[in-house]
Amino acid sequence: MNEHLLSMHDLSATDVTRILDTAESFREVGTRVIKKVPALRGRTVVNFFLENSTRTRISFELAAKRLSADVINFSAGGSSVAKGESLKDTALTLQAMGADAIVIRHSSSGSPLQLTRWVDAHVLNAGDGTHEHPTQGLLDLYTMREKLGRIEGLRVGIVGDVLHSRVARSLSFGLVKMGAEVTLVGPPTLIPPDVSAWGVQVSYDIDGVLPKLDVCYVLRVQRERQRLEYFPSVREYARLFGITRDRVALMPEGGLIMHPGPMNRGVEIDSDVADLPRSVIEEQVTNGIAVRMALLFLLLGGGKGETA
Amino acid sequence: MQPDDVRRALTRIAHEILERDKGAADLVLVGIADRGDDLARRLADEVRRIEGPEVPVGVLDITFYRDDIGMRADAPEVHETRIPFDVSGKVVVLVDDVLFTGRTIRSAMDALMDLGRPRKIQLAVLVDRGHRELPIRADFVGKNVPTGRADDVRVLVAELDGEDAVVVEGAR
Repeated sequence: MNEHLLSMHDLSATDVTRILDTAESFREVGTRVIKKVPALRGRTVVNFFLENSTRTRISFELAAKRLSADVINFSAGGSSVAKGESLKDTALTLQAMGADAIVIRHSSSGSPLQLTRWVDAHVLNAGDGTHEHPTQGLLDLYTMREKLGRIEGLRVGIVGDVLHSRVARSLSFGLVKMGAEVTLVGPPTLIPPDVSAWGVQVSYDIDGVLPKLDVCYVLRVQRERQRLEYFPSVREYARLFGITRDRVALMPEGGLIMHPGPMNRGVEIDSDVADLPRSVIEEQVTNGIAVRMALLFLLLGGGKGETA
Repeated sequence: MQPDDVRRALTRIAHEILERDKGAADLVLVGIADRGDDLARRLADEVRRIEGPEVPVGVLDITFYRDDIGMRADAPEVHETRIPFDVSGKVVVLVDDVLFTGRTIRSAMDALMDLGRPRKIQLAVLVDRGHRELPIRADFVGKNVPTGRADDVRVLVAELDGEDAVVVEGAR
């Protein structure tokens, strides 16, 4: 495995399998009374979040704490970033304080890669702009494998604002790497122009795709990223692409509904759909902790390239 | 050791456990992955053959408790931990294939304590090869094998390796 996790492209199919297998052991730890193991005692993990986040930040914090690492949480407001300190100077400060791993979320695509040029710590991308969110992609793969027993050959539809979605990118790359069939579904304005290189299908007709899906992965309508008018109105979007109970009925029995959160209930997903037993949105969150534990363990548990 | 030697050693250890602990009440066997769990299941079979009761068997992975994480080039491989019973108040016999430095057993005791508070922890190993680095000894030993520190001692079990054997390879 690479020293950092910046993109799904950093991982081979073997790496992905190893991460998911290791996560399985950490799932077991999560069911114990004492949900903590001493694996990363004495290591320091910095959560460096320059963009809002609930579940990813808490998930990483819990993951590091359950590995007995020391955790520092650090966001833009309330830090010197608010005084105008540059990313580089902030990174060098974290380096000087002895961070072993830096988990970064940033609104600019590529900032985790830039960070690796300045610091010795392992860098984990927790979402960079519209580029990638590999830990989300991995926890989604884990959840599909757990629920459906395999990834290879699964038919997965990723529905919604693919253009702005780093989740969709990481998940598509991961699914294709593991041999699943991916169909992107959404209004043409929200399908990225470079999609021919992804190895996926594209459709603009949700009702035609749903009967052929093992997993319907619903993306959030990212209102904060809608700078231009990509669709006429939220109501029209909900009518054309929102996952309603009637639409779920088109799916094969046993097909899953997934969503990376936070949900806009009533927009991309109906409230009663989100609460169906086949919606595994909460399991995704629980699995996220185990997958992030596995990643921190696998990255920090080896030496930094040197052999002992 | 040949397959028959391994079988006889396990039979004797099963007798010794029952003698020392005065029967199989409160007894549970926890094998250290991998190979220790296979040996633990064999011991449970022997105990059942001798005394009758079914002894619970668990498997423990000690990877997250190792003291050399980050000192090796790659993160260690993780196995499954499955202990489907409460160890609190029980007499836990840890089972491993080879006792060497004692560090694995130290990790295993820490891991076990996180799962509950056993009344007693005992240790059964198929081979004790010496060279301890910690003050740890086994309660039940299949065979003491004098070795050089750099020798390679491998226990083969039928479940994983196709046959039972203990192989000592001298350092080159």
